[in-house]
Amino acid sequence: MSDLLLSIRDLFVSYGKVEAVHGVSIDVPRGQIVTVIGANGAGKTTLLNAAMGILPARGAIEFEGRNILRQPVEDRVGGGMTLVPERRELFATMPVEDNLLLGGFLISSHERAQQLEEVFTRFPRLKERRRQLAGTLSGGERQMLAMGRALMAKPRLLMLDEPSLGLAPLIVADIFAIIRDLRSAGVSILLVEQNARAALRVADSAYVMELGEITLHGKAADLAADPKIVETYLGLATH
Amino acid sequence: MSNTSATSPPVSTTPARSRRSIFFATLAIIIFLVPLIPGIPVYWITLLDNIGLAALVAIGLILLTGVGGMTSFGQATFCGFAAYTTAVLCAYHGMSPWLSLFIAVAITMLAAVVLGIITVPLSGHFLPLGTLAWGIAIFYLFGKLDFLGRNDGITPVPPLSIGGFQFFDSRSIFYVIWVFVIIAVFMTCNLLDSRTGRAIRALRGASSAAESFGVDTTRTKLIVFVYAALLAAISGWLYAHMQRAVNPTPFGVGASIEYLFMAVAGGAGHPAAAIFGAAFVTLLKEILTRLLPFLFGGQAHYEEVVFGIVLVLILQKSRMGLWPLVERLLPQPADPVIDRHVPALSQRPRPEAGRKILDLQMVRKQFQGLVAVNDVSFSIKAGEIAGLIGPNGAGKSTTFNLVTGTLPLTSGEIRYLDERIDGLSPRQIAARGIGRTFQHVKVLADMSVLDNVALGAHLRGSAGVVSASLRLDRKEEAQLFAEAARQIERVGLGEHMHKQAGSLALGQLRILEIARALCLDPALLLLDEPAAGLRHFEKQQLSTLLRQLRSEGMTVLLVEHDMGFVMNLTDHIVVLDFGTRIAEGTPAEVSKHPAVIQAYLGADA
Amino acid sequence: MDSTILLFLLQDGITNGALYGLLGIVTVLVFAVTRIIFVPQGEFVTYGALTLALLDTGRVPGTIWLLIGFGVVAFAVELWMSRHDLNARKIVREALIKIILPCLIALAVIWLAPMKLPPWANLLITLAIITPMGPYLYTIAFRPVAEASVLTLFIVAIGVHLSMQGLGLVLFGAEGLRGTPLSTLSLPVGPLVATGQTLSIYVLTLVTMAALTYFFNKPLFGKALRATAINRLGARLVGIRTSLSGAIAFVLAAIIGALTGALSAPMTTIYYDTGFLIGLKGFIAAIIGSLASYPLTVIAALAVGIAEALASFYASQFKEVIVFTLIIPVLIWLSLSSHHVEEEEE
Repeated sequence: MSDLLLSIRDLFVSYGKVEAVHGVSIDVPRGQIVTVIGANGAGKTTLLNAAMGILPARGAIEFEGRNILRQPVEDRVGGGMTLVPERRELFATMPVEDNLLLGGFLISSHERAQQLEEVFTRFPRLKERRRQLAGTLSGGERQMLAMGRALMAKPRLLMLDEPSLGLAPLIVADIFAIIRDLRSAGVSILLVEQNARAALRVADSAYVMELGEITLHGKAADLAADPKIVETYLGLATH
Repeated sequence: MSNTSATSPPVSTTPARSRRSIFFATLAIIIFLVPLIPGIPVYWITLLDNIGLAALVAIGLILLTGVGGMTSFGQATFCGFAAYTTAVLCAYHGMSPWLSLFIAVAITMLAAVVLGIITVPLSGHFLPLGTLAWGIAIFYLFGKLDFLGRNDGITPVPPLSIGGFQFFDSRSIFYVIWVFVIIAVFMTCNLLDSRTGRAIRALRGASSAAESFGVDTTRTKLIVFVYAALLAAISGWLYAHMQRAVNPTPFGVGASIEYLFMAVAGGAGHPAAAIFGAAFVTLLKEILTRLLPFLFGGQAHYEEVVFGIVLVLILQKSRMGLWPLVERLLPQPADPVIDRHVPALSQRPRPEAGRKILDLQMVRKQFQGLVAVNDVSFSIKAGEIAGLIGPNGAGKSTTFNLVTGTLPLTSGEIRYLDERIDGLSPRQIAARGIGRTFQHVKVLADMSVLDNVALGAHLRGSAGVVSASLRLDRKEEAQLFAEAARQIERVGLGEHMHKQAGSLALGQLRILEIARALCLDPALLLLDEPAAGLRHFEKQQLSTLLRQLRSEGMTVLLVEHDMGFVMNLTDHIVVLDFGTRIAEGTPAEVSKHPAVIQAYLGADA
Repeated sequence: MDSTILLFLLQDGITNGALYGLLGIVTVLVFAVTRIIFVPQGEFVTYGALTLALLDTGRVPGTIWLLIGFGVVAFAVELWMSRHDLNARKIVREALIKIILPCLIALAVIWLAPMKLPPWANLLITLAIITPMGPYLYTIAFRPVAEASVLTLFIVAIGVHLSMQGLGLVLFGAEGLRGTPLSTLSLPVGPLVATGQTLSIYVLTLVTMAALTYFFNKPLFGKALRATAINRLGARLVGIRTSLSGAIAFVLAAIIGALTGALSAPMTTIYYDTGFLIGLKGFIAAIIGSLASYPLTVIAALAVGIAEALASFYASQFKEVIVFTLIIPVLIWLSLSSHHVEEEEE
């Protein structure tokens, strides 16, 4: 068994007129954090949606060595992948706890109870708000709930789409701390981020995506030092 | 000869917009020539008459449902009001049909105003259900009232006549019907391409944004509703004099559904699509009622079965209806030409720098038990860039919504240049010179960038429905577009001006919202997370723009999480946490403030 | 005023109200899972009632051919929609569910119908014929547009209603039919008579209301069905098969619709469009229940039934006018109380 958890080869995704992915290849090794950075509209979200099966794609997607290109979303969740989408897609008119329990829809009720405790330990804020409707949460809490819900399925690969978007600095720091913790807990992560600085700091390897293509890839630390990346995505660390 | 390749052929020097007009004019002429084709069966002309009558209703419905987003199951009811009015007046009281046209239309519009006032404020799916309810109730009423002849109706209704000539047959009334149809298409196109038209288009998906730029959305909805009823009334009036009889059957919900089907089948793209929808449905029905009994034998009503299936198939295969298929064959509409030489719109005077422009005193907002904004006080001076920062859920966007009137205050006071503005509507606040952008971008994806931005200048024009339909608003429109173009170029979206807004990336849409706010000619600009989704390079451009605006006397209040951006740009920062102001001061002071570090920035910022 | 007349009117109103309530429940149920405003529910009532009435007379109902037709089309649509992900197992499974099953049911009906079985057996046969139509219909008409807006789904539902009502006319003709009562029990209650038929309607309404209220609020599976309508993409991302959710909702809708029809068939003559008219009243009740609450819908349905009974006595001319005008203030109140922040795109 290879140590590649997810392997995407020559992926083409058409979506509307604007965002599209042309021949992208990406690897997520087991136990690592891989990030894809790039401008809005570069095709990052499209890439994740195709990896999850929300959008149809051409090319090859292998998860744990199995070809899942044609698998529907529901089967990929059962197979050990989850996605936290950019718009969170919570069940707004249901309480936090129901959102989480539904996250564990495919696992046994015994595992589900166990997993719920684990998520509550990782996000104590969610435990406080377990009876509150998801739609009334603040932006940071929503993101935590979306991540919590995704973790309820006990994924081996967690895909995060812009987890820091619109969040306050302190919460962004929290979210990235949790991402780091998850890595040590054995969850591999594919992270799409606008906040390139934070993403490169937490990731093992990174890809730069521009206009639907991968233009650069390498160790996260190397990319963080690349002058072109610094100029376009990072800026000088002034504060 | 060597010149020919350099000179463009004469066809393409004609602007495409007028090429489109030529296409429609040709179409109109062809329609008028049809009855003159020698030997054409009367049956065909009658079909075309029916298509024209239905198209009139469907044009209104495309404006109402397709553009304005209000689905109505009551259009046949409006036909009924006019048909019964003219029948009563002409059959019982011997009035001239031409005179009764005005009375029938007036009564129908009055009914539409009353029903509209009840229906139009209904939200979401309550609106179509409301129209369904009164549609059914009034249909039954038509059949029960003695003076309307109960289920038998009124007969005979006199035909239309001019001098001694009576429009008895299908061939003569054909021209009356189609003159009305063509006028209706023309006026509706004009209306859509106007200041009011942009407001109507904003009803669907961006109504709170429209309110923030001075559009009275309830009134706009009512206008569209009454306009659609007016077209239905003309159709009903024509119907009564063509059939020479009225009874309740053609004014029931079944007929309303058929009209809706026409609008859906035609598609929302263009008023002329109504004609295609009406033709499609009328012909389909005709073919089915004639062909199916022939195929299957018997008297059974197969046409309803096939009808339903076709409706479902259209919605499954092309939710945009048939119009996109027609449009592909038409010349592309040209980008509007922007006349840079029109006199610029007048600008409001900027308050002198340093004067208190915005002042919040003990402002409070409670949602049921939850205190979103907790007795917050702060003030902003004219000519500064101020920042409002704090954790998610701290009440920043709520504060914006309180200042702009989108939400009512629970208690407290908000003053703008010494005038109390709490309690005013978003429209009134916009009119005083407060422009804003939204945390969740509210733009109309299928409208061009230019049209979206021009919506911001709504309050700087005054043309209404009548002048728009008659195209008397061109000078003002040119001014509004010149202003919109200027602001688009200023924020750096010039190359995208004529693209559909939906094709822009999220970060660009935030910039588009700034241009739209600038079109209001604001003295105070409220920006909600303007830099989210921008790359470093684009953030720098945005900073430059905001600094330039400040140097021109603009005051800016912004919410933003990118601390590098905020700290470098702002003069003054207010920090909220859990709805409470926890700190205020210059960027340097705030960034060292322990409460701010603890609640918001974190230790390593 | 005569109190006996009033009592009769009330009983009449409550019985009709209970029927409306059942259909109101279906409206709420289907909306809660699929966001479809389920206009064609009345056709399931008609099909159920007329199928039962035909079976009572020992004839083979035409609905079996419709069942096979629905099954075959649903099979084709299913294969077309999953054309990129087809394998032999899937084709066999779909053929079993959508072609073999309806054919077996049809054969059984052809064999059993002439035997003139007792009413309860005919009721079961009726349910066996009508129930599978629900999920087939979902696959054919609604699954391809499942992501569309509430309004688009509404118009699709109207199209389905037109077709199914037309098919009803083709299958059963314009003549009305009446069924045999399930039980001949009748208990005198004061001046009134409670028949086994009306009592079974009351029981069915209450049990359905309680069962669905429990099902959608307690077990995770019920919550998963609701989650499908709240956020379809979110539901898929946690592994809920949204097409299965829709099919389940339509199974329930078809069963309840057919039962309603079967129970009302002995009480009144049913025509090909009767179901739609009953359904419309149920629909009003569901709207008053804000398309969300089962108990509220049933209460509203009883109120509609009573209002209608009273109106038919005092102002029979204007019965419909009154009933439909009454919804408008309710809609206004609901619209004001439902805190609608912004109707985002569509």
